[in-house]
Amino acid sequence: MKRWLPILVLLLAAGWLASSLRPQKNPGAQDLAAFGRLPVLVNGRLKPLDTVARTSLLVMQGRQRVSDPANPGPLVATPAEWLADVLFNPAKADTYPTFRIDSPDLLTLMGITEGDTRISYDSAAKRMMALVGFLPSSRSRFTFKQLEPKLAELDRQAQLAEPTEVQLRTPFQKAVIQLRDRVLLYQRLKHSAQTPDSADFLSELVQFQKALPAGVAAVRARQKGEPHDTDAFKAMMTMAGRYDFMDKMGYLLTVPPASDEPNPTAWKSVGHALLEAFEGGSINPNVMAYAALGRAYRDQQPTQFNEIVRLYRDQLAKRFTPQLRKSDIEARFNAAEPFYKSTQLYAIAFLLAIFSWLKWPAVLGRGAFYLTLLAFIATTAGIATRMWLEGRPPVTNLYSSALFVGWGSVGLCLILEKIYRNAIGSVAAGVIGFVTLLIAHHLSLSGDTLEMMRAVLDTNLWLATHVVVITIGYSATYLAGFLALIYIVRGLFTRSLDPATADALTRMVYGIVCFATLFSLVGTVLGGIWADQSWGRFWGWDPKENGALLIVIWNAIILHCRWGGLVKQRGLMCLAVFGNVITSWSWFGTNMLGIGLHSYGFMDAAFWWLLAFVATQVAVIALALLPLEKWRSFRV
Amino acid sequence: MHPVIRQFRDFFVSLKLTVVLLALSSILIFWATLAQVQLGIWGVQEKFFHTLFVLGKIPGTDLPVPVFPGGYFLGGLLLINLLAAHIYRFRLEWKKAGIQLTHLGLILLLLGELVTSLLQVESNMRIEEGGTQHYSESYRINELAILDTTNPGFNEVVAIPEAVLADGGAIQHPKLPFQVRLKDYYPNAALQLREGLPNAAPSLATVGVGPRIAVTPLRLTYKQDERNAPAAHLELVGPQGSLGTWLVSPILSAPQTFDYAGRTWEIALRFKRYYHPFNITLLDFAHDRYPGTEIPKNFSSRIRLKTDDGRGDREVLIFMNNPLRHAGLTFYQASFERGDKVSILQVVRNPGWVVPYVSCIIMGLGLLLQFSIHLVGFIRRRAATT
Repeated sequence: MKRWLPILVLLLAAGWLASSLRPQKNPGAQDLAAFGRLPVLVNGRLKPLDTVARTSLLVMQGRQRVSDPANPGPLVATPAEWLADVLFNPAKADTYPTFRIDSPDLLTLMGITEGDTRISYDSAAKRMMALVGFLPSSRSRFTFKQLEPKLAELDRQAQLAEPTEVQLRTPFQKAVIQLRDRVLLYQRLKHSAQTPDSADFLSELVQFQKALPAGVAAVRARQKGEPHDTDAFKAMMTMAGRYDFMDKMGYLLTVPPASDEPNPTAWKSVGHALLEAFEGGSINPNVMAYAALGRAYRDQQPTQFNEIVRLYRDQLAKRFTPQLRKSDIEARFNAAEPFYKSTQLYAIAFLLAIFSWLKWPAVLGRGAFYLTLLAFIATTAGIATRMWLEGRPPVTNLYSSALFVGWGSVGLCLILEKIYRNAIGSVAAGVIGFVTLLIAHHLSLSGDTLEMMRAVLDTNLWLATHVVVITIGYSATYLAGFLALIYIVRGLFTRSLDPATADALTRMVYGIVCFATLFSLVGTVLGGIWADQSWGRFWGWDPKENGALLIVIWNAIILHCRWGGLVKQRGLMCLAVFGNVITSWSWFGTNMLGIGLHSYGFMDAAFWWLLAFVATQVAVIALALLPLEKWRSFRV
Repeated sequence: MHPVIRQFRDFFVSLKLTVVLLALSSILIFWATLAQVQLGIWGVQEKFFHTLFVLGKIPGTDLPVPVFPGGYFLGGLLLINLLAAHIYRFRLEWKKAGIQLTHLGLILLLLGELVTSLLQVESNMRIEEGGTQHYSESYRINELAILDTTNPGFNEVVAIPEAVLADGGAIQHPKLPFQVRLKDYYPNAALQLREGLPNAAPSLATVGVGPRIAVTPLRLTYKQDERNAPAAHLELVGPQGSLGTWLVSPILSAPQTFDYAGRTWEIALRFKRYYHPFNITLLDFAHDRYPGTEIPKNFSSRIRLKTDDGRGDREVLIFMNNPLRHAGLTFYQASFERGDKVSILQVVRNPGWVVPYVSCIIMGLGLLLQFSIHLVGFIRRRAATT
């Protein structure tokens, strides 16, 4: 029985992963999954509505689920359903708690009292759970309706805060601007398919279409100074103002370019397309399609809704078949959540591997190895899908660098585990895989992670060489550091670090440091060549360049200390742990300075995490310097 | 061997020295990176890297004292250490070939950086759409230019570097029939019309626009997107006495003209100019954005490059990651101004550019060789044990 356990674990986990590839099910009769696959152009990229829904929810409230903590079960089944409500039934969407506010000052500003935030549970058991912290005891997410009365004040406060430089803003100012931006995003979404104040946008458009010929005639006549129908003229001006506002506010470009438009990326907002009706005399059929979709959705007419989605898709397919395919796969990729599932697998693999040091080393160790392998395959598939969607090498921003650092380290761990079979590789893989995916998740809260590349980075050659190689250098340096952590923690606190394991760990760390030196040096040098090719200089002392150089120098120091006999096992481990500090500085710290050519993405919340991480690493080094008699493992 | 010499040798070939130097270098680099927030990229290079010592001031005084070894010091010692160790320990062995190659590449890289730091010149060229430019300007160095514009066909230019001017005293140039005397000088200053500043101290200037302008000294700026604008009051003195005192500053866009000794002159303190044996006409500047966003997709300048000898006349498209290389210079798209009407090209002259390429190839080969030898050995040993 015990022999089959690893295989069983493998099969279960593989089945669980495979189940995520099933097509999405619809909660009701309306085909919201198909709706979520419809492409729109946002932030320069054609993407499915499903992605828009998910990233908007992440930006507004830090998670994709829409729910009220007092009631079990989500308020909408999928992010796409939430977006459909925002676009077509805003009155309902206004009652979903989707705006996260943590700052107490900001809550006061928005007129939210303690009575609004407190959650009262009806059952005594739940109250008990809330008391000990298993259930939330106060709300942190609020509805648009709750915020609405104070929006003018929020806007005023944001305008007061804005002139202050980003780095110098107080926590309150930051919170104000963040909430203002979230509300603005929500308002812009609401203006993307229809005007939110219109009870029935389709009827409004039909009326508009009817009034258009007379209205246009009146406007033309007035321009020539001829007698005209003033009512028709006024009506036209009102509509023009309305649609102009919609064009300015609209977030999604939902209307595909006309068939005679040569530029396939010239998508338009609904407001823009409606303004064009004044010229052309008729309303763009795509605008009508969305309006009809909205009415069918609001009136709960699934047959009609599904039919309009299908027809709209068919009509898009005439010109945008490859884009539709990408859109479909992206929606499927979103639902499969390979990175989220891998996070869980890494955690379980880590636990199994740790337990394998206490009991059943062969069985649990193999189980851990299989789980790590599966998680690695899932992240590989995820990264590959992102590359295909973007048409880019794997690392294009901070988010994808987190994915790739984890991926590289885990890959190396798998090789180590294959060679040494002592579960050390699996433990390291579990920790690094889990942590990097967690970091990636937090980085994804700022918006769509498949961004368009800014002009200077728009080069696949250098992204594929310099960036990839340097990121593998980060992976390896981290891995050496984590292996050293395992050595120190096991040696100091347990009796499990026997001389054979200690020697094996030393060889692993040494080998990985060699690998890290090679990759960080080659990566840094490639960066220099990119700089020379683009800017005519090899080295510019930019913070990120300096960071990369520090990693190279640090790895060189480790190797030279080792070769010169300046350090033995323990010293090597301490140096490798400090490599974690150096790599973290180079990866995140340099971006926090807010200067230089590489300062993409300034993050201040992360600064405290970085400091905390550095502190733990320094503490471990200090512990490792305790005399060997204090170590539990090496006592005779 | 004499014990002192042996000690000396042992010090310079020791691996300990290498490790100490590397550790000091990483502290220097880390410190310099932090300092960049205040000092800017150029300030940091001067203070930390292109110097023997990082200087600090004794608190309360202006006395500079070395507080840390600088880039030249550490780089130089590393170079000596590397060379010494290799000469001393060199053995023609296959097993060591990788390490030796890597270090040879490193020596070259350090030398290359030294050459670059000494010889590299950066300037920029601002061209309006439709305009033609035959010089580029430094953005950190200024010069006093005195032009004899009497001849309509050409100008006779005398350029005096700001640094020489700032030293004070009188400057006599063989081509000038007068002396230039510095009355006062501010490395960075703001200029304002006197009407707006009624309480300003009386001006030293007696001629040109100077008397109408008040000069307010400013702190030196190190921000990357700001430049220092010096101002100076200069008295020109001929054999018959003073010609007057002029206010000069790069902020005053038009040069000031005067007549003396039957000739027409222009005087201006301006950004140092580098004249090129060719000229560049900006045909079109394009700033593409991704649809529906303000995210820049590309910046490009379509230019016409015409050499003075009449042999070169071609159109070139300069865009991101695709600079123009011509006459030992690299022109890359650096910036733009005035609603996409003006393109700014960065002009870099770096005679040592080829060194890093060679050293990279050598180092890459060396590392690859070394780690392959290690890996093969490791696999063999494992195969032998199992």
